[in-house]
Amino acid sequence: MSLAKIAGRGVYVQGNDIDTDRIIPARFLKCVTFDELGPSLFADVRFEEDGTSKGHVLDAPQHQGAEILISDDNFGCGSSREHAPQAIAKFGLKAVVAGSFAEIFQGNCTTLGIPCVVMEKDDREKLTADVEQNPDAEIIIDLEGMQIICVNAIYPITMKESTREAFLTSTYDPLNDLLSSPKDIQQVAEKLGYSPGVDHG
Amino acid sequence: MGRNLFQKIWDDHLVRQLDSGQYQVFMALHLIHEVTSPQAFGMLKDKGLSVVYPQRTYATVDHIIPTDNQSRPLADDMAEKMIQVLSDATDQYGIEFFAPESGSQGIVHVVGPELGLTQPGMTICCGDSHTATHGAFGCIAFGIGTSQVRDVLATQTLAMDRLKVRRIRVEGELGVGVTAKDVILHIIRVLGVNGGVGYAYEYAGSVIDGMTMDERMTVCNMSIEGGARCGYINPDETTFEYLRGRERVPSGDEFETACEKWRGYASDDDAKFDDEVVINASGIKPTVTWGVTPAQAISIEEHIPSPENEEGLAKNLITDALNYMKLKPDTPIKGTRIDVAFIGSCTNGRLSDFEQVAKVISGRKVADNVRAIAVPGSEKVDVAARAAGLDKVFEQAGFEWRKPGCSMCLAMNPDKLVGDEVCASSSNRNFIGRQGSPTGRTILMSPIMVAAAAIEGHVADAREVFELTGGAS
Repeated sequence: MSLAKIAGRGVYVQGNDIDTDRIIPARFLKCVTFDELGPSLFADVRFEEDGTSKGHVLDAPQHQGAEILISDDNFGCGSSREHAPQAIAKFGLKAVVAGSFAEIFQGNCTTLGIPCVVMEKDDREKLTADVEQNPDAEIIIDLEGMQIICVNAIYPITMKESTREAFLTSTYDPLNDLLSSPKDIQQVAEKLGYSPGVDHG
Repeated sequence: MGRNLFQKIWDDHLVRQLDSGQYQVFMALHLIHEVTSPQAFGMLKDKGLSVVYPQRTYATVDHIIPTDNQSRPLADDMAEKMIQVLSDATDQYGIEFFAPESGSQGIVHVVGPELGLTQPGMTICCGDSHTATHGAFGCIAFGIGTSQVRDVLATQTLAMDRLKVRRIRVEGELGVGVTAKDVILHIIRVLGVNGGVGYAYEYAGSVIDGMTMDERMTVCNMSIEGGARCGYINPDETTFEYLRGRERVPSGDEFETACEKWRGYASDDDAKFDDEVVINASGIKPTVTWGVTPAQAISIEEHIPSPENEEGLAKNLITDALNYMKLKPDTPIKGTRIDVAFIGSCTNGRLSDFEQVAKVISGRKVADNVRAIAVPGSEKVDVAARAAGLDKVFEQAGFEWRKPGCSMCLAMNPDKLVGDEVCASSSNRNFIGRQGSPTGRTILMSPIMVAAAAIEGHVADAREVFELTGGAS
């Protein structure tokens, strides 16, 4: 499936350095599949300990069904847990727009087909103002044109070229590509001439 | 032109360039644990794939294992299930599993080095962001997600982008009572929590050269807290002496040959770096965090910052952090009351961490208001510490001496903060809710600073509490 264009309504979760512990607190990592993670996205900032709502923006009626998450700098820092992007995906979000991203998180998102696009602060402020004034506005993330279109405005976005290419050619999950060269892999293994703990030297 | 260590290891392990422009890179060593890996075996199964190089993957359990009672089945059904799924998968695919009570179980980043599985010149990955720890041996080591664990199991390779390399030289001499933990907290404070994005960090300079392997591991461990996915130190005689005689390291002539090869991975004298930062060691003091990111740190001598000195988002970040931490701006961090003291984790859970603390707490008592736990990083650390009588020193001082595991670093096991307790912690993250209570508060610091806080009942300067003078630290 090509992810050249993604469209949906937006929701803005404000803050720099939003870490993966906040995106999915550690206690929800006690699982052997990712299937049930969606409802626990941002659990501790959304719910009191007794489960009542804290009135977080993700639970605001006007943002129900939003598909594009907008945030600020260094989004997804901290733990490498893939549970974070998995929770984002299972919640129903399809893409993340932020000022910058932590690398492991961004890589995990890419493999799952969740584009992480970078947007300058001034543009992000305009976009979030659009989203807050008009929660029903459709945001279109266009990875071919590297732009976001929302309420007739066009904002430039950036993304690492190899990542963009992977989305455009539907190779964001690299497994098939990695599997296609067993001989090359074997050559490198033999050239290295060691295995940890087994075949020394 | 010379190459740096990153370039040399990259070139050696490069398989080919992928169509996307990314590179396929061979992984010399893959470590797995019970939290991020069992799902990957499910993914393999779904695709009808197997594990191609099972002898390059090693497993242990650390995150969810209780540190008080480890008898099986564990009281927590899901924790038991996670261990069982991992254990079954390693059986099925022929992967060596360092199970509890095997004598080799422990925090994955303590286990790899102490067994000698971690060797210079390797690419090392693990579904855990603190994998950079292994960079201390001159490795390119980094954390990966579960889908990438799947990729490594199925192909022993990853799709990667090349990183830039920033050399961070720490020059001069550290003051008394200033530790490796203070060095890395200081670096993160200076360069920021996202300063390392896109970079591998090469730690160098006279201070790093003079560090033990345990200290180097503490520094590399927290690279990710500075945004750098991996951080490394060039292998040298200190590295080789640490590895000599370890269980999984070659011996005799083979060891000498290996050292020659390992030496060759160190950055060349004329190697180029994409960036360089020099840190003056004399400017580093015992450092503690006051906020909710590891960069929100100050020296023990400083006052908690005030939002009034900032504007816009920076102001909001300080205000939010202070509100969460319930701390007053413009007041000394010293004297902040604590409820819990935690010594352990992949950052500071090695034998020398406990040795240093034992030296200073011997004959002293933990304050009445403090619950203090010491958690060895592995079964081997536990055995060595007990053999030296360290467990008794800790217990006599009022610490609980626990069984190995990640414990209170991340609260996936019964060791958690309760309510808004304040924890003086030798771990690596002070994120909101990190230690298991959504309102729990973490103050990161070195093990001897945790010990000082435990004894005083509040954040204190270890140099004063323990009357440290030249030579002792």
